[in-house]
Amino acid sequence: MADPNLLPACAKPLSFREADERKGISVILAFLSLFFLFLSPAQAAEAQLRTILAKLADAKGFPAVEAVVRELGATGDPAVSGPLEALSAGDLYFAKADKSIAILRDGAILDPLSGAKTREGATSAFTKIRVNNGLRGAIRDVLGSLTLSAPDPAVRLSAVATIFNRPDPEAIPALDAVLAKETDATVKARMEEARAAAVLASDLPEDQKRAAIETLGARGDRAALTLLSNYAQSAQGSLRDAAASAADRIRTVLAGWDVAQNVWFGLSLGSVLLLAAIGLAITFGVMGVINMAHGEMVMLGAYTTFAVQEAIRASAPGLFDWSLAIALPAAFLVAGAVGFAMERGIIRFLYGRPLETLLATWGVSLILQQAVRVIFGPNNREVGNPTWMSGSFEIGQMAITWNRLWIVLFAGAVFLGLLYVMKRTPWGLQMRAVTQNRRMAASMGIRTPWVDAFTFALGSGIAGIAGVALSQIGNVSPNLGQSYIIDSFMVVVFGGVGNLWGTLVGALSLGVLNKFLEPYAGAVLGKIIVLVLIILFIQKRPRGLFALKGRAVEA
Amino acid sequence: MHRISKSLTALALAAGLSFGSAYGALAQEDTIKIGILHSLSGTMAISETTLKDAMLMLIDEQNKKGGVLGKKLEAVVVDPASDWPLFAEKARELISKDKVAAVFGCWTSVSRKSVLPVFEELDNILFYPVQYEGEESQRNVFYTGAAPNQQAIPAVDYLMSEDGGEVKRWVLEGTDYVYPQTTNKILQAYLESRGVAKEDIMVNYTPFGFSDWQTEVAAIKKFGSAGKKTAVVSTVNGDANVPFYKELANQGIKAEDIPVVAFSVGEEELAGIDTAPLVGHLTAWNYFQSVDTPENAAFIDGWKKFIKNDKRVTNDPMEAHYIGFNMWVKAVEKAGTTEPDKVIDGIVGVSVPNLSGGFSTMMPNHHITKPVMIGEIQADGQMETVWQTPGLVVGDEWSDYLADSKDLIADWRAPMSCGNFNVKTGKCGGKTTN
Repeated sequence: MADPNLLPACAKPLSFREADERKGISVILAFLSLFFLFLSPAQAAEAQLRTILAKLADAKGFPAVEAVVRELGATGDPAVSGPLEALSAGDLYFAKADKSIAILRDGAILDPLSGAKTREGATSAFTKIRVNNGLRGAIRDVLGSLTLSAPDPAVRLSAVATIFNRPDPEAIPALDAVLAKETDATVKARMEEARAAAVLASDLPEDQKRAAIETLGARGDRAALTLLSNYAQSAQGSLRDAAASAADRIRTVLAGWDVAQNVWFGLSLGSVLLLAAIGLAITFGVMGVINMAHGEMVMLGAYTTFAVQEAIRASAPGLFDWSLAIALPAAFLVAGAVGFAMERGIIRFLYGRPLETLLATWGVSLILQQAVRVIFGPNNREVGNPTWMSGSFEIGQMAITWNRLWIVLFAGAVFLGLLYVMKRTPWGLQMRAVTQNRRMAASMGIRTPWVDAFTFALGSGIAGIAGVALSQIGNVSPNLGQSYIIDSFMVVVFGGVGNLWGTLVGALSLGVLNKFLEPYAGAVLGKIIVLVLIILFIQKRPRGLFALKGRAVEA
Repeated sequence: MHRISKSLTALALAAGLSFGSAYGALAQEDTIKIGILHSLSGTMAISETTLKDAMLMLIDEQNKKGGVLGKKLEAVVVDPASDWPLFAEKARELISKDKVAAVFGCWTSVSRKSVLPVFEELDNILFYPVQYEGEESQRNVFYTGAAPNQQAIPAVDYLMSEDGGEVKRWVLEGTDYVYPQTTNKILQAYLESRGVAKEDIMVNYTPFGFSDWQTEVAAIKKFGSAGKKTAVVSTVNGDANVPFYKELANQGIKAEDIPVVAFSVGEEELAGIDTAPLVGHLTAWNYFQSVDTPENAAFIDGWKKFIKNDKRVTNDPMEAHYIGFNMWVKAVEKAGTTEPDKVIDGIVGVSVPNLSGGFSTMMPNHHITKPVMIGEIQADGQMETVWQTPGLVVGDEWSDYLADSKDLIADWRAPMSCGNFNVKTGKCGGKTTN
């Protein structure tokens, strides 16, 4: 594509409708294009690519398509990355009438090589070229070797990763060539590792392989471990020992990272438990209401997130990444309002009668579930992840997913915020006064019924904002609340009723314990063991980890 | 013809009276009642409500065509509320009180097991539309969903093939209950018979509604990094799927590297979730909404009109009900009566069109013939067929890969009339259920 002026000349013979309209000109242009074919190597290469691309329309079955993909890759022309990426994404089509290849994206018909909008027409006149996972893998392989010298370091990085995963001695010269020019330190290190992987698979002399073992040993991740331990099985003599000892060193380091990873998983599960339980720590822990509808408050928060996202999708799609921030106050208000109504309408008549409260709130939970089922339907609702909550990053040999990290931070923020409200504001003081000694508080001029109502609303509202966070990691369905209610009570009881710090420590320690048991005992048995341990613990310390002391206990 | 069917009805009436059974009352009424036993509340409402609607649509359409045997059909809908013992109670109510001619219902295996004795005792018919673990054949039940050899085994075969990526290492990930346990047992035996080493198979179970998949996905990642092509066979059920796929995507496991083939994820389940993390992963079913046949187009069109919502999707169990219902209608017309015993005897061999352009036949083991399709999940929540069995597969109730059931067969035709005939000992009654 040396000269943009030449493009139409070459593109013309492929777009038939216009060629029909201006037959005379097109004949001349066709001649011209032929003429340029012989003149310019770039044009010749493009014409060759188009010839190969055209075969896609006739390729029957995935192996045939893969052969064409390999053929495209064999040209070594970086221009094939456009159509190949489109094929991988399922955007490559061919016209039913003339079998010309085109990219269909957002309703527009694009030229496969230039990406320019070349023609009009209905997208229904095209047939999709089907892809499967094997084909996507082949495309990635092909692109990997082609994009090694791409200008974007990120593209080079992914190209190198592909080569690393499929070590091929034939890639060594290509890697040597790009290594000499590489300026980015990270990419260079990865390239050297990819080269080392290829060297191990080659028949190069021993000293080169020894260096390769060292490079891989320094990389120190699981992929390097696999390469080294596989190599150690097939190699002989001192090379085998070197590979085996490098593999052992990696194993030791990885074992340490495994522990760190488990701790992180535990903290992350703990933060989810904390979010689910912290509202209950107010309604059950501080007020003493056995609130079986707590899970449904979480559910209402999640459905509010769904409603907010729907509204954003319909009216302001650009705000989508902010949807969670907008949903937070909305969820707090919705769940808080329902909690307020519940306290005023039902619970206030039942103070001091735990059994009736339990039954009444359980009834409310069923009513709320069925109401949501009637309004939103029984199916799961789609709550999307904003971009900043997707994907993961790595610290050492441990992958941390963004959504989990944000939830850990969010749980911490909610906890601190609540602690502040309880300990540092007049409202918090009144709350604690009323729950500790109602009559004394009343005689000091505190309007106890309103404090009760607002405390319950606060606990419910907090459950609501927990729902916003939990909608990011689980389903949003009418049953959402049920899956959290048992865990919530478990955390509050274990941590010590009426103590926010107890809830924090309880949630985190249960999370970590669970995640340390899971790899050995499995998820099912792990959960059972945790429950058994809690039962034993409660036998020993009926008031939980952090029991309230003094007169507060009697109230 | 009309007169003949009328006199046949009279005959049936006489037969019914002479048996002195509950069905005598049936023929005196103007309608034929069909029981619909699907949960409309509780955890399974998510899947089963749709099937109730699908049955109402099928009955409605049949009535527009003039009903069956000159009578209109009447649906009797009950809600067993995802409560397994309640399934048995409601089944009894449908048969004894409402006098239904047949029941279409159940989703989970445990609900089916709970109603089996009721159907046996009161001698009625159940059409069960969901893929299940097999190891069962009962005289009163017709299994229109897939047996393991109509879903799980072809899916594994596909992944082992060149097209599927020549998978060498297998993770069998499931929810902890009877369907995944049995399916995985069969798959494990099958994989080992195909030469897969024990250390190349990892089996793991998680509880219902599991949401914290970090450890499990990290384990899959670790298992998959051994340098051999790895795939996950997922029998993870219902709500646990979304967090599972999200975690896979977040931990950077791509479908090209470690594909997940799921047996419990269909169009209906995908309709409510963010499909981005699932794109490229696989599902195995006997029907996809995307199947391009005139029958399917008409079915989808009818469904969208009936439910008055353009966004609703169709799925495999709906097709199973479509097939099952049409088989029942055909068998009733053939027998000239709705009396269950006659229908049970007459339905074997009945063949009706399925939605993927072929015919499904009721086999003597009360399972049906179906094509098996592997689909890739697309961004719009639809599946694109990437592979399909060349012909129809006969449902195999007793797995050939389990030691204690490989000698068993079921054949409900006279004179054998047995659901667990042991071909080695030549006796009926080796094993009833698993």
